[in-house]
Amino acid sequence: MDLALAPETLARWQFGITTVYHFLFVPLTISLAALTAGLQTAWVRTEKEKYLRATKFWGKLFLINIAMGVVTGIVQEFQFGMNWSDYSRFVGDIFGAPLAFEALIAFFFESTFIGLWIFGWDKLPKKIHLACIWMVSIGTILSAYFILAANSWMQHPVGYKINEAKGRAELTDFWHVLTQNTALAQAFHTLSAAFLTGGAFMVGISAFHLLRKKHISDMKTSLRLGLVTVIVGGLLTAISGDTLGKIMFEQQPMKMAAAEALWDGEKPAPFSVFAYGDVDAGHNKVAIEIPGLLSFLANDDFNSYVPGINDVNKSEQEKFGPGDYRPNIPVAYWGFRWMIGFGMTSFAIGLLGLWLTRKKFLLPQHLRVADDEVPHLVLLPRGKKALGPTLTKWYWRIAVLTMGFPLIANSWGWIFTEMGRQPWVVYGVLQTRHAVSPGVSQGEVLTSMIVFTTLYAILAVVEVKLLAKYVKAGPPELTEADLNPPTKIGGDTRDADKPMAFSY
Amino acid sequence: MELHDVWFVLIAVLWTGYFFLEGFDFGVGILTKLLARDRPEKRVLINTIGPVWDGNEVWLLTAGGATFAAFPEWYATLFSGFYLPLLIILVCLIVRGVAFEYRAKRPEENWQRNWETAIFWTSLIPAFLWGVAFGNIVRGVKIDKNFEYVGTFWDLLNPYALLGGLVTLTLFTFHGAVFTALKTVGDIRERARKLALQVGLVTAVFAAIFLLWTQVDSGDAKSLVALVVAVAALIAALVANQAGREGWSFALSGVTIVAAVAMLFLSLFPNVMPSSLHEDWSLTVTNASSSPYTLKIMTWCAAIATPVVLLYQSWTYWVFRKRIGTQHIAEATH
Repeated sequence: MDLALAPETLARWQFGITTVYHFLFVPLTISLAALTAGLQTAWVRTEKEKYLRATKFWGKLFLINIAMGVVTGIVQEFQFGMNWSDYSRFVGDIFGAPLAFEALIAFFFESTFIGLWIFGWDKLPKKIHLACIWMVSIGTILSAYFILAANSWMQHPVGYKINEAKGRAELTDFWHVLTQNTALAQAFHTLSAAFLTGGAFMVGISAFHLLRKKHISDMKTSLRLGLVTVIVGGLLTAISGDTLGKIMFEQQPMKMAAAEALWDGEKPAPFSVFAYGDVDAGHNKVAIEIPGLLSFLANDDFNSYVPGINDVNKSEQEKFGPGDYRPNIPVAYWGFRWMIGFGMTSFAIGLLGLWLTRKKFLLPQHLRVADDEVPHLVLLPRGKKALGPTLTKWYWRIAVLTMGFPLIANSWGWIFTEMGRQPWVVYGVLQTRHAVSPGVSQGEVLTSMIVFTTLYAILAVVEVKLLAKYVKAGPPELTEADLNPPTKIGGDTRDADKPMAFSY
Repeated sequence: MELHDVWFVLIAVLWTGYFFLEGFDFGVGILTKLLARDRPEKRVLINTIGPVWDGNEVWLLTAGGATFAAFPEWYATLFSGFYLPLLIILVCLIVRGVAFEYRAKRPEENWQRNWETAIFWTSLIPAFLWGVAFGNIVRGVKIDKNFEYVGTFWDLLNPYALLGGLVTLTLFTFHGAVFTALKTVGDIRERARKLALQVGLVTAVFAAIFLLWTQVDSGDAKSLVALVVAVAALIAALVANQAGREGWSFALSGVTIVAAVAMLFLSLFPNVMPSSLHEDWSLTVTNASSSPYTLKIMTWCAAIATPVVLLYQSWTYWVFRKRIGTQHIAEATH
């Protein structure tokens, strides 16, 4: 069989494609649910109409996203059984449990309350309706946590023993699986990156409207919320990324050595800025490095020893038998860099944005603008200088572009973390080639891959067009019914034949 | 009762819940072509399930996740073995979910019509395929000594399983028609009742043959009781429907589904997926299940979470208990 089309290769491609695609929607869903809930809370508390308009606007974009997140999530749950049946047999005892918990505790929550939120505008009193979107938000976060705990077990298996008779891994300590440092750090990192993503999305769309001088007063509110979210999310992403990195140096030294293209162990080890190497010979041809920095990142000590790819490969060969235990090194190396690069660029643009749009009271009189004017971007603190219209325009343009940056960073983050673990599917326990479905033919995997890829491509076009339509339309006009929600559950009986506030 | 038996029952409960709930929303999806005369009526139908179909579908995800955790071998054999039918079901569920959410998001008639067509087909195909899948599980398929499915796609399309597909297709359509009669007002309610009678009679014929066949093949005394309950409930549902007692009729069509699924699982036990090649190669509750520790944790989770889920899902139905008709559909949705 042609190796390029071997079921294992196809199954891996399919997993990669469907997972990365699914993960374009997940971070946006997580963050937009919480941001929408925050905006609706602001409306319920202050009764300011701008918050209700913002809730409706961002809520709609959130719904367009979550629809895709939900349907692509179904594939994720079933493809373990379809393409990776030997994996499922080997780890089901452990890996299945967080998945089942996710369904029972998080999915039911999310999907039931989202129905209530969408259709409940004229059926539920204000505060109960508000509680529904918070339930959805809690559901998305819980869901992420269970999945990340399951994934962390694949990165760093704990709380299990191997049952030789049954030929599988069995759970011995579920609490440990849920609370090991890998799971906590990964959840912290992924969730904060989700907020960076949602914040950048909000900033980008607000900037788009400000650039066109439309919906100015609503978009100023959203811009500030988005910028703050980007900065808090970005900062936490960096902190948690550093924590997770240190854990990875300890638990998966091969992955981190590959991420740095560090071939041979060094003390102190340098951080690589650019490298171009020869994988077969096991060394770099070109390397630009910052001395000692990698040692610091790995161990908080500029002088410590960091093992290289060749060392880890040798020790793994001694431990697990002959074989090549190196992942695809260029992918790990560049994946790591794209993740950090794109993520931190959006953070930097957010930081710049927040500084340039500082609060009104800091600004001198002549720089202040009315509510329906595009704000000046201000250069100096307490100073007299505003950015000119051209520079202002450029900032909005860059901010629009930033919308895509965290998405790229997220995707590379996953590609790096999953491909960096190869050839293991469960690190040190089960290799990927032993995980595929033995009974599934090349033709079947190829068929499903073509079907999913085509379907996903079509849906991507539909989704983006729909998003664009609603983004352009801006926040909706509010009606009498929007402003006066019912006071009792089920809506008011006196207007029994009134059209529903929301219908499909 | 050992824990793996408890989990056999719980998996049966999850599938029953799924077929009971998504059964009627599949049925309503099919009725958009069979019952609705014009577009406002189509929209009334879609809106009767609008707030709940997503929550209903999670029963499937939970059944899948629970099978993975409680019976990994079953999960692995089933989903790798029934590869292509499952692929078709997944594609349908993807398109269906998007169709509900995106249909009303653009005003163009073409756009909405296309999604409506999608809703019809993506409701009909899974409604049929789930019956085919369960027919095959109960009847047994070619499983070798490594618990691998060694049959082909065409082996799955045998007469018994295809009949099973017709049973779920008609039963869900009937269940959906009864639900529509319960949830609507006006002309559409009357016609839903009439259609329920016609579909119900066809369902009764298919279901009786299929269940008797199952009973003869692999039944015992308990499954016979379930069979009798299923058929009696179906007849009673028809009578209630004719009498205009829509709530009763819906409850009884639900009982039909519960009893029919119970019968399948009863005739399956203690197997979870019998091998048609050799008795020793069948997957059973003992050889397919997880370790007692995992089952114990899962049991705790289910014991605490399930009542809560039932509580808030029932509350949803109560919040949206009002009947709707064409007068509740606004001219334009934006």
